[in-house]
Amino acid sequence: MHDENNMATAARKIKFRETQIEMAHGAGGKASRRLVEGLFAPLLYGASQGPLADAAHIQINGTRVAVTTDSFVVKPLRFPGGSIGELAINGTVNDLAVSGAKAEAIVVTFILEAGLPTDILEAEVRAMGQAAERAGVVIAGGDTKVVEHGHADGMYITTAGIGRPLPGVEISPRSVRVGDKVLLSGPIGDHGITILLARGDLDLEAELQSDTRSVLPLVQALVRDAGAGVRWMRDPTRGGVATSLNELARDCGLGIVLFEEKIPIRDGVRGACELLGLDPLHIANEGQFLAIVGAEHAEAALSALHNTPGGEAAVVIGEVREQPESAVLVATLYGGTRMVDMLVGDPLPRIC
Amino acid sequence: MKFVDEFRAPELIAKAGEEIRRLAAANRHYRIMEVCGGHTHAIYRFGLKDLLPENVELIHGPGCPVCVLPMGRIDDGLSLAAQENFIFAAFGDMMRVPGTHGSPLEYKARGMDVRIVYSPADALKLARNNPEKHVMFFAIGFETTAPSTALTLMRAKAEGLKNFSVFCNHIVITPALRAIIDAPDMVLDGFVGPGHVSTVIGCQPYQWIAEEAGKPVVVSGFEPLDILQSIVMLLRQLNAGEARVENQYKRVVAWEGNPAAIRAMDEVFELRSEFEWRGLGFIPQSAYQLRSSYAQWDAEQRFTVPGVRVTDPKAAQCGEVLRGVLKPAQCRLFGRECTPEQPVGALMVSSEGSCAAHYNYGHLKPITISSAAAAR
Repeated sequence: MHDENNMATAARKIKFRETQIEMAHGAGGKASRRLVEGLFAPLLYGASQGPLADAAHIQINGTRVAVTTDSFVVKPLRFPGGSIGELAINGTVNDLAVSGAKAEAIVVTFILEAGLPTDILEAEVRAMGQAAERAGVVIAGGDTKVVEHGHADGMYITTAGIGRPLPGVEISPRSVRVGDKVLLSGPIGDHGITILLARGDLDLEAELQSDTRSVLPLVQALVRDAGAGVRWMRDPTRGGVATSLNELARDCGLGIVLFEEKIPIRDGVRGACELLGLDPLHIANEGQFLAIVGAEHAEAALSALHNTPGGEAAVVIGEVREQPESAVLVATLYGGTRMVDMLVGDPLPRIC
Repeated sequence: MKFVDEFRAPELIAKAGEEIRRLAAANRHYRIMEVCGGHTHAIYRFGLKDLLPENVELIHGPGCPVCVLPMGRIDDGLSLAAQENFIFAAFGDMMRVPGTHGSPLEYKARGMDVRIVYSPADALKLARNNPEKHVMFFAIGFETTAPSTALTLMRAKAEGLKNFSVFCNHIVITPALRAIIDAPDMVLDGFVGPGHVSTVIGCQPYQWIAEEAGKPVVVSGFEPLDILQSIVMLLRQLNAGEARVENQYKRVVAWEGNPAAIRAMDEVFELRSEFEWRGLGFIPQSAYQLRSSYAQWDAEQRFTVPGVRVTDPKAAQCGEVLRGVLKPAQCRLFGRECTPEQPVGALMVSSEGSCAAHYNYGHLKPITISSAAAAR
């Protein structure tokens, strides 16, 4: 039996044709999708299991549990509004939350660079503990590896999380229907632009903070009041809102139309994006989520978010249409339109 | 946001769109080239095409310096990056542009020291902070970025900094316009003139387009209202049978340009006898090189450069698209062999290239959005 399985895996063909791994393969956009769909999925994951999501729901002895894993690689380790430790917990909680599950336990692996000052490590471990407490999740175990000086940018953190499905909600891109509304929990781009500016190469300053937080309370409120109408959720991290919605559009075959004037963006983010030639729709977020909600549930969904602390700025930014098939379209302020694709590689500033 | 929102006010945009539709004579077809890649990007990003009547056609010009840079120049620049203790510095714009053996980002992934800088002065700072290494700034851009390269070189000379050089690919806009206007298949009626370039060179250098070629030029800003207003100004001239150079971007562009910037360029640069443009071929006196008084900081003089020549793939029809004879989607390779991730031709390379802009932002097929407005 074992041998047969091994042979089946060995015979599987991969579609990934690139000769080496580039930074873009980790940036969350098109290249990442090519790697996952072209290499990981065919070798490790049966094609019959449906679209890939932030977390997988599996059955163990008849009980459904949600599992996820994530790695955190960020420079600098601390930035306005958060740090890598806090990010690791919130990111894991959020991946489970948008799959429709409440995080129960997280295990953590630290990859530490030799020479890392202990007080920096201590600060991050404390930040993780606090974030876990806020999110109501237990840190159940972990592992530590140390690599030579000059590697791992101080530290990398990898997590795995396990969660309990929230009752009354079923998340699947296949359940998305024409006429459904696109909800966004708050302003976009804060995290990505904060990190870009915190690196200090730009000589730009703005009153911005990372938006890192657990979105679980918002998701719980949404599911409680509009659960039957919630079709799909995603936290638009790397690759931003544009990439998350393009993935959805491809998975459900429908068109997503966004109304530009409805998309909340802070002035600091807008200004930095204008200067650097970046599209806020491609910038990473760490404390927002998108939801597709049936039109008849949209009002209940919005008021659920508005009445939950941190959800005051939630807004309907668009809706699902038949056209453009499998793509995302933005209706501009002026009645014009433009297509918005996934991010290609890392966002790079344009100068000339 | 100040100085931005005023030029994006929907009611003003709607008015300008109406004015364009009123001015566009039903029996005429207007072909207007926006010269600058920044304009192309803005036109797609704000969906301005949808506001124009069918007989006002925008054609995307050669004003994207990344797009028109021949692959051989990238190969030459990157060939130097393999040396020991060498830092290759360039703008983010360059990082994904493919050479024969990969883009600067791919070289970086293979372990070469490739850095993204935000200005030539940052590259100079790298040289100061890394005295044991050589820092080469791979300079690109029109007269927009050339003055900052010039000022950086003047500073390097004043400081006597020995571990810094520039691989100069700075190009000049007007010879490219002449190549387009002089082409036998020239179809254009008028030009939306480049905004940033004109802040440096002013409006005078376009005078010949009006006088010799008889085509109007309106130097334009980059906000939606700027671009639409410039189109209004062009239509008015065309309807009146006039051909003048006008300045819509007065809040930034002075008629005579920026004399200090021009002086700095003149101190450091001289024109090359000719330079190759991707999609357009060799154009005489269309690019800058460092003067002999700056030879010490000229990477091409200081190092042995292979002088790679890579011919553009025959199937790519970049030249025709650049001259406005073909639309991006009419090229044989568009969206199939040639995409922003795996560009074959010049115009797919940068997000400001007309093909990349069309691919990223253009419609797959026409879609009416009137029902979207109604749904709000």
